[in-house]
Amino acid sequence: MAKSFAQNVANNNADQNNFMTSEGKIFVVMAVVIVIVIGLFLYLFNLDRKISKLEKNIKS
Amino acid sequence: MLLKSWWKILSFVLLMYTCTVGFLIKIPLLDGRMQQSVRNLFFHVPMWFCMQTLFIISVIYAIRYLIKPNPIHDYYSLEFARTGTVFGVLGLITGAIWANYQWGEPWSGDPKQNGAAIALLIYLAYFVLRGSVTDENKRARLGAVYNIFAFAMLFPTIWILPRLTESLHPGGLGSEGNPGLNPNDTSPQMEMVFLPAIIGWILLGVWISTLFTRLRIYKERLYDAI
Repeated sequence: MAKSFAQNVANNNADQNNFMTSEGKIFVVMAVVIVIVIGLFLYLFNLDRKISKLEKNIKS
Repeated sequence: MLLKSWWKILSFVLLMYTCTVGFLIKIPLLDGRMQQSVRNLFFHVPMWFCMQTLFIISVIYAIRYLIKPNPIHDYYSLEFARTGTVFGVLGLITGAIWANYQWGEPWSGDPKQNGAAIALLIYLAYFVLRGSVTDENKRARLGAVYNIFAFAMLFPTIWILPRLTESLHPGGLGSEGNPGLNPNDTSPQMEMVFLPAIIGWILLGVWISTLFTRLRIYKERLYDAI
């Protein structure tokens, strides 16, 4: 059943010139995950700042 | 600002570390069963640690509310329970994805899967209960009492019963290891990422909960001012 989904990992030794395609393209996965996590933190950071501004307004 | 927010920056640093080193660290390549998916240890398992921590904080504030009925304690209790439930649901979903390829089906009726689902259903009822009460003080008081019950139910459903019976998860009767990880499937280097991952995800959950709480406090104060 897995064979119908999973990509066959052929051609392991080609594409070693490019950094991102080396090591079974794990760096591609890493890049995706890092973008997601950074995006999440940027969103939280902005939300935090917005709420801090609201709290400062009401305290004054 | 740095003095108050150092733990948020720490959360970011730890999760960046988890999401980079977690993909690169050496894992034991044993038989073909787990393979790279054992790296889920840094993502699926911390969801549950985070949920547990948030629920602990939630019940502490529930007890504090019962001791002294300050509405702010109720807001903390509510929002930490809310975020804890979200992390629990994420844990269930990520667990089902992992289980589909590890155990053959997304839901095997495994004792820990069932226990976690039951625990989360009990917390969902907490929100339904709160929604059914219109008076604020009564809502907070009832909610706080039920919160303590829901928290107590975490222990038989997630911590105790899955260890007493045969389970697909590590830690069950006949399985190796503690309920978090099976030492036969992991390498010592993985612990270097496991603990920072747990702390990073917990701090993230706390940050999200505090944001929701501050927003709620702001909204309610605003209405009180009118």
